Amino acid sequence: MARIFAYILHKNGVADDSAAELLAAARKIDPAAAPTAIVTGRGAELDAVCSALSASYRETWKIANEALAYPNAELVRKALVNVLPKDSLLLVPHAHFGVDLSPGLSIKLNSAYVSDVLSIEGVEETQLKVVRQEFGGQISAHVRCDISSGAVINLRPGAFKPVESASVTGRVVDKSSAAGELAARRRFLETVVAESGDVDISKQPVLVSVGRGLQEKENLAIAQELADAMGAVLSCSRPVVDAKWLPKSRQVGSSGQTVKPRVYLACGISGSFQHLVGIKGNPFIVAINKNPKAPIFQVADVGIVADMLEFLPELTNKIREASAVSA
Amino acid sequence: MEILACVRRVPDTSENEIQLDSAANDIQRDDLVYSVNEPDNYAVEEALQIVARIGGNVTVVTVGGEEDEEVLRREMAMGANQGVLISDEIFSGSDGKGIATILKAFVQKGHYDLILTGVQAEDGGAQVGGMLAAMLDYPFASLVNSIEILEGGKLKISREIEGGAKEMNEIELPCVLSIQTGINEPRYVGMRGIRQVASVEIPTLGASELGINAGAAGAAAAKVNRADYFVPSLGQGAEMLQGNQEEMVEKLVSLLKDKGGLK
Repeated sequence: MARIFAYILHKNGVADDSAAELLAAARKIDPAAAPTAIVTGRGAELDAVCSALSASYRETWKIANEALAYPNAELVRKALVNVLPKDSLLLVPHAHFGVDLSPGLSIKLNSAYVSDVLSIEGVEETQLKVVRQEFGGQISAHVRCDISSGAVINLRPGAFKPVESASVTGRVVDKSSAAGELAARRRFLETVVAESGDVDISKQPVLVSVGRGLQEKENLAIAQELADAMGAVLSCSRPVVDAKWLPKSRQVGSSGQTVKPRVYLACGISGSFQHLVGIKGNPFIVAINKNPKAPIFQVADVGIVADMLEFLPELTNKIREASAVSA
Repeated sequence: MEILACVRRVPDTSENEIQLDSAANDIQRDDLVYSVNEPDNYAVEEALQIVARIGGNVTVVTVGGEEDEEVLRREMAMGANQGVLISDEIFSGSDGKGIATILKAFVQKGHYDLILTGVQAEDGGAQVGGMLAAMLDYPFASLVNSIEILEGGKLKISREIEGGAKEMNEIELPCVLSIQTGINEPRYVGMRGIRQVASVEIPTLGASELGINAGAAGAAAAKVNRADYFVPSLGQGAEMLQGNQEEMVEKLVSLLKDKGGLK
């Protein structure tokens, strides 16, 4: 079995939660695996991450370089190509950095690449068998990947549950000098934080959230009336922001806001993984969607197969009637 | 600026109920509604807007079969100057690396300052752009949601990162960018526009024109293969409300009341 490495993301001297998920995934590939953590960065923050990782990884490879102060995928790729042994398996979280790094890295390593893996079923000879989703999560696929000349495997964040294991006393190996000269034709400038909107959806107890099923901007009124009747606030999924029907500050999901409501009413939202990761705190989720195969129904508590544009006005009327009676 | 936009015709996820065809180890494809992959359409619009500002040409290319010509015509109706279909039997069964290998051969026959792809297609691979860039030794950035042209053969771009934040980068041309949805508002294409380009000839290139041999792309070269599709056994899944609309509304109102969803 080829040596397994886990690329560890970190921020402000703290390893990302995915560090434990990658460890769990490595054990799915090989139950006896002692994967090696590989961390790039600089200074005391990098040292703090490495030292924390050595409680769970037997070996941590540290690549320190001033040029790696910010994880520019083009520079990290160069460092990894120089440091990784031939035919390695490298596990990477499938977030914005992994999407940037891994496809090109697999070419430079002349190894295979599989993105957004949800589970690992094991290895048969040279074939790693994994599960992915296609068509926005409507259906799953078994995928086989030839790992005989190594592979870069991007893993869906949150899909691999960290396993309990005895803490180890790992060692940190400094591979900085092996990383070579690091220069790239892409230069990181700065990070610009999101503009805050008129309402903070992350603090709302009840959200009426709308997606592609809205169909037209004019139909926002239907959802707003329901939200008003419920005393809720309007949020949305990505296509609504892409179409400029609602501002980015109303978007729930990995590239938008993380919300923690008590009740989440998902109207015309298919429920892509990127949307669902933005819903935390185990709310009561109601899904209204005309496609019975929509993945939102896998995570909702209550599902209704209906066109939101027909269903919502009737729901609004009924709620108004009910509140008129109780008043 | 010479811009190449790589596009793909895919089953439209928002318009289809994907059903398993277990006999064929596939999904049922007969009644699927196809369209241009949504992020690819944003990539073409972005190319057109850049050319409108500073001049140049937009070429759209796809790897596929005859049926895929329709997406090239659609993008030409938007304003792309030319479309190219890359098609060859030996390309079938290509994985992401195979497609990138084919596109690399095509890129090297021309001269492009900027190559755009959509961030991902219906299989969620998000891979061809990054692979193509690495093969060409061009710089690459993914999830791009704004492009500004700078002096001296450079672009200032932003990438979409977590929480709605943007990562600003400077990148040298030639480069490959994968474009995120929402970067612009793609123009509407009417039937009239499609008719206007209906008779424009679309050149088709095969393996021999591109100098690709059978071992470099197609099923034989693919290291990543889909074995089958399946419907995962769900955890609990939602309790699906039954009955007519009025009954479902009534049930839902009482559930919302119980769960603290009404004021």
